[in-house]
Amino acid sequence: MSTENVAASGFGADEQDRGRRFLSALASTGTIFILLLILWVWITILNPTFAEPGPFLAYLKRSAPLVILAAGAYFVLVSGNFDLSVGSLVTVMVVVAARLIEGEPSRTWPVILLLLVIGAVVGFANGFISTILRVPSFITTLGMLLILNGAVFWWTGGAPRGALSDNFRSIGRQGIEGIPWIEQLPWSVLLMFAIGAASVLLMRADFGRQLIATGDNERAARLSGVRVDRVRILAFVLSGVLAAVAGILLGGFGGVSAQVGKGLEFDAITACVLGGVVLGGGRGSVVAAMAGALTLEALFTWLNLQGISGALEDTVQGVIIIGAVGFAAYRLRGAR
Amino acid sequence: MTVVDPSESSPGTRAAARKERVAGWRVGVLASPAAPVYGALIGIIVLAWIVVTIDGGEFLTTGNIVNMLQRSVALGIVSLGQTVVILLGSLDLSVAALISLSSLVTAQQMDGQPGNVIPAILIVLAMGAGVGLANGLIITKLRVNAFIATLGMALILGGIIENGWSGPQGGVTDAFSQDLGYTRFGVIPMSFILFAVVAVVIWFILRSTRFGYRVYAVGGSEDVSKLSGLRTHRTIIGAHIVCSLTAVITGIFLASRLKAGTPTVGLDGGYDLESIAAVVLGGTALTGGRGGVIGTIGGVFILAVLDNVFNQLEFNSFVRDVVRGIVIIAAVAIYARRQEKKA
Repeated sequence: MSTENVAASGFGADEQDRGRRFLSALASTGTIFILLLILWVWITILNPTFAEPGPFLAYLKRSAPLVILAAGAYFVLVSGNFDLSVGSLVTVMVVVAARLIEGEPSRTWPVILLLLVIGAVVGFANGFISTILRVPSFITTLGMLLILNGAVFWWTGGAPRGALSDNFRSIGRQGIEGIPWIEQLPWSVLLMFAIGAASVLLMRADFGRQLIATGDNERAARLSGVRVDRVRILAFVLSGVLAAVAGILLGGFGGVSAQVGKGLEFDAITACVLGGVVLGGGRGSVVAAMAGALTLEALFTWLNLQGISGALEDTVQGVIIIGAVGFAAYRLRGAR
Repeated sequence: MTVVDPSESSPGTRAAARKERVAGWRVGVLASPAAPVYGALIGIIVLAWIVVTIDGGEFLTTGNIVNMLQRSVALGIVSLGQTVVILLGSLDLSVAALISLSSLVTAQQMDGQPGNVIPAILIVLAMGAGVGLANGLIITKLRVNAFIATLGMALILGGIIENGWSGPQGGVTDAFSQDLGYTRFGVIPMSFILFAVVAVVIWFILRSTRFGYRVYAVGGSEDVSKLSGLRTHRTIIGAHIVCSLTAVITGIFLASRLKAGTPTVGLDGGYDLESIAAVVLGGTALTGGRGGVIGTIGGVFILAVLDNVFNQLEFNSFVRDVVRGIVIIAAVAIYARRQEKKA
C-alpha cells in the first residue's frame, strides 16, 4: 500500500501537502500572532508613542525575561512534562548573585558562570528525577520549588543580603548605545532574539524532532530509537539554564528581592498555552510560545493603559487568559 | 493438582497453599494503592517519635495528638476534593484563592449575628458550587486545559479579594468560632469530626455511586468513556463542584478557627499546591483513574506529622520547606518503583 502511495505522489503532490501542512500550522499557532497584533494596535491607539522605537524597545526589553522563560518552558512542555521550579530558580539566581558579588565588579563574570551552572544542575536534577526515577514532573518540580526557596533563604538567613555590581546590572539595563533612530539596542533584546533563533534551530535539528516525538507518543518514539529519557533530561537542563539567563536579566531590572521570581513559572506556562502549546506534549511551536509571552506582556501594558491597575487587574487578566486560551482551542478545533 | 486431598498433601503443596494465602492477603491489603502510604506514615510516626524523644520532647501526648489532628483538618478537607478532580485527570489550582474568599464571605455574612450563621454557611456553599460550576464549564465547554482554567480562576478570585478587602474581616460569631474551631470530645476535635464526615461522604460517593464510577472511568480514559456513552462533561463539572465545595468548607473552618476572614489565609497556607502534593503522596496518580480518598488521608497525615516534628524541634521554616520538598519527591519516587515492579 505504501508503495502505491509513493508512486501516486509526485513532486507536485508533495509540495501541495507541504502547503496544506503550512496552512494548518498557521491556523493552529497563527492565532497568537493575530492576537499580538491586535493588542499592539490597540495599545498604539490608546497611547501613540508605543509604536515609536524607544518605547517599543522598552516594551521588548521588559518582555525579554518572560520570553526567555517561555522558550525554556516550551522545551519541557512539548516533551510532555511540567517545570514549576523556574520561578523559584529565578529568585535563587538573584539572591545568590547578590550574596556572592556584594557589589564587587570583578566577581561578576565568575558568578554569572556559576549561575548558569546552577541552572543546568537544577534542570538536570529535575530531569533525572522525572525520567529515571519516574516521579511525575509536576511533583518533582513542585518539590524542587520548595527545596530551592527553602535552601536559598536558609543560606542567606531569611532575607536577601549583599548587592549586585553595576556591570552585572548592565546586562539587564544597558545595551549598545549610539545607534541612530533607536538610540539604544538593549542587551536583553539582543539576547532574546539570539535565544529565539537558537531555539528555532534546535527545534529543527534532530533534538527538536525527537523532543516533539517524545511528547506526542513516548512509546512510539522509544521504539523508533529515540533516547526518550536523555531528550527529556536535556529539555529540563535547557529550562534551567534559560531560567538562569532570565534571572540575570531580572536582577538587572529591579532590586534584589525575595519576590522577584514569584509566579513566573505560571506566567511562562500560560504564555506557552496562549501560543498554542498543548499541555501533555507533542504540539506547538517555540516561536508561538515566545509570541505568547510577548502577548502576555502586551496584555499587562494594555491593562495599565486601561486604568485597570492594582485590585481588579488580576481578575481581568484571569478572564482574558481563559478567554484567549478558549478562543485558541476553538480555532484549533476548526482547523482540524 | 486440585484432586489432591489437602490432608495428604505433601509439605511442598502445603507451602504452596500458604504462599497462595499470603498472596491473597497481599492482593487484598498490601496491594491496595493506599498500603505504601500507610507504611510510610507508620515509618514517619516511628521516626518522629524517636527523634522527638531523643530531643527531649514528648511526641505521643494528648496535647500533641490533638494538635496534629487539628492541623490536618484544613489541608485534609480540601485535599479530599482535590482527590476527586485528580482522579478524573483534572486538577484545581483555584482552591487557595477560594479558601481565602470563602473565609472572608463567611465573616462578612455572619456579621456577628448568631441568627446569620446558617444563612452565611449556605451562601458560602452556594458560592463554592458556583465557582466549581464555572471551572467545570470552562474546562468542558470552552475546552480550556484544567491547569490554565483553574489558574485563571485563581487570578479572578484573587482580584475580587484584593478589590473588596485590604485586611481581615471580622464578624464570625463567638459561638460558631468556639463550636467548630475549638470544641473537642476527648482527643478528637470537633473540626476533625467535620473532616471525617467529609471524608466518609466523598469515600462513599467515589465507591458506591454511579457518579463515583464515572469519575474513575473518565480518569482512566476520557475518550473511551465518551465512546461508551458516558456524559463526560457532566462528570467533569460535577467533580469540580465537589472540589470547590470542599475548598469553601475549608474556608468556613479557617474562619471559625481564626475568628475572622483573612485575604491571605489560603495562599499563605499554600493550599493549592500542597493539596495536590497530599493527594499524590496518597498514591493517587496525577494522570487520573487510580487512587482514592483513603490514600489521600494518609498523605495528609504524613504532612501533618512532619509539620509537627518541625515545630517540636523548632526547625527554621526554610529548612522545613527543604525537607518537605525532599520527602515529597522521595515518597513518590518509591511509589513509582513499586508500580514498575508490579507492571
